[in-house]
Amino acid sequence: MDAYMPYVLCMILFCIGIYAILSKRNIIKIILGVVIAEYAVNLFLVLVAYKAGGRAAIFSETEVILPESMVDPLPHALVLTSIVIGLATTAFLIALAIRLYGKYGTFDITRMRELRG
Amino acid sequence: MIELYVLLGLMIAGAIISIEVKNLLSAVVAVGIVGLGLSIIFLLLKAPDVALTQIVVEIVAVILLIRATLHREIAQKSCGSRPFGAIMGILFLGFAVIAALVTFSSGLNPFGEPLMTVSRFYPMNAISGTGAINVVSSVILDYRAYDTLGEATVLFTAVIGVLTVMRSVGKKKEEDLQENNE
Repeated sequence: MDAYMPYVLCMILFCIGIYAILSKRNIIKIILGVVIAEYAVNLFLVLVAYKAGGRAAIFSETEVILPESMVDPLPHALVLTSIVIGLATTAFLIALAIRLYGKYGTFDITRMRELRG
Repeated sequence: MIELYVLLGLMIAGAIISIEVKNLLSAVVAVGIVGLGLSIIFLLLKAPDVALTQIVVEIVAVILLIRATLHREIAQKSCGSRPFGAIMGILFLGFAVIAALVTFSSGLNPFGEPLMTVSRFYPMNAISGTGAINVVSSVILDYRAYDTLGEATVLFTAVIGVLTVMRSVGKKKEEDLQENNE
């Protein structure tokens, strides 16, 4: 089980984010839960890509670096995209939260009566 | 890798503080702990490009969140929980533990041994194929450039959405004002 310990800690972080989304009434706390869950998923992908004793995936002109000694570069490239898209969605959520505060005067989602389904 | 465990523990502590503290500004600052710890972990895991992006994105996100929480009257009562949601959260936690046990016992590689079936191609051919010495930039700008194009599209759409939501004066109102002036 020791070999999976970083994955377990990463999953705990994800569960904290999901718990915040499901149980909090304050809309800013819900946004923070989304942000934490997103960080945990990015971290999981980079953890999967790590090779023990590996080097960063950058070649050098003065030094011979074997391709076999590098960490996996493909999840890094995809996580790079995912981080930027995460910032965009977070900014949109914050804009919606500011607008809702302007309309209802509160961040509490149970007091926003007209949004009830 | 003891420093990895220390940083992960710090991030979990920061996450718990940020969702349980009463003051919203303190909660936003505690999320800053999580994001900056994450960028240091990316450096330890030999991903310098991702770490640089994470620092920039984290700072921008914290600034936006502070913009949303400053100068607002914060009702202490609104930080409470919904009991139904809390029960659902604990149920989800149970499902996540079961799913993790199934995954760990059936074929997820241990930490430190990546499955290099697809991505062995990229370090082998990056220099001869694209001329880039950074393999990550050769992937995002050459092999998978359509992925970056889609990222730019999503970013542009999100900026348009934020500008639309945050615009204070609508177009119709402006026309009405002009008619009133005439």
